[in-house]
Amino acid sequence: MRVRVLIRPKQGILDPQGKAVERALPALGFADVSGVHVGRLVELEAESTERLPELCEKLLANPLIEDYEIQEIEAGDSTPG
Amino acid sequence: MFGVLQFPGSCDERDALSACERVGDARIVWHEDVDLDGIEAVVVPGGFSYGDYLRAGAIARFSPAMEAVAEFAGKGGSVLGICNGFQVLCEAGLLPGALLPNNGLRFLCRQVDLEVVTDQSLFTRGMDIGESLSVPVKHMSGRYFAPDDTLDELEARGQVVLRYATGQNPNGSLRDIAGVTNEAGNVLGLMPHPEHAVDPLTGSADGLRLFRAMVAVAA
Repeated sequence: MRVRVLIRPKQGILDPQGKAVERALPALGFADVSGVHVGRLVELEAESTERLPELCEKLLANPLIEDYEIQEIEAGDSTPG
Repeated sequence: MFGVLQFPGSCDERDALSACERVGDARIVWHEDVDLDGIEAVVVPGGFSYGDYLRAGAIARFSPAMEAVAEFAGKGGSVLGICNGFQVLCEAGLLPGALLPNNGLRFLCRQVDLEVVTDQSLFTRGMDIGESLSVPVKHMSGRYFAPDDTLDELEARGQVVLRYATGQNPNGSLRDIAGVTNEAGNVLGLMPHPEHAVDPLTGSADGLRLFRAMVAVAA
């Protein structure tokens, strides 16, 4: 199956990338957008999701500073390429 | 004998080797090598190991050489991680905490003053508490982070060895922490580059003192 892992900075940890994006928005006319956080997206093929939490905690995310979320992707929903 | 690790993407291993050679013997340890025979102290140098893909240090920690270093550290061998080396040691779980992108988001390259926090560490042997070391920083992800209760423990146990001098914290590191050790005290990670401060000709030789302290332990 095709799996998407979303990795975000943990709540409460200063996210300068998110802040920088947020600060740029008013100048583009998006003054009503807030709470911006920038994370990472990893897509992968896996036979089962059973061991994916382990994979996330060992490599894809650093549990001390990041949260992760595992999503199974429906056919036709994955990023091309 | 110092062993200086080299990963694909390391870029400070030659300066680290040269710093070690000013105080003793040293050789490069390629990332695929697991043979640390004869090595009494390990330096994990700066750079961009494995392109810093995913997170700085995240992939290097799985290299064969790092497994050997973890075993070496477990037996009490002294290990110094500089910049990317610090990130690798944190990712490997050999040091507490993590390094986040600088709060200003810029790559920083400047000379900073470090304050020696403890004279009890093997890495600051012979230095005085409150003494100042002039050493350069050059990094993009150097903001030291650990949860508050961990930081309290680190301070209580004397694991915070170096701090940025008042007003000189370049990256937003919590509690101005520039360098921490593991609980046993034999592994030190720091963002500043002591290997670039080994000759008065280039501004400071203060960094050499850390390498000297390591030799005193190995001998």
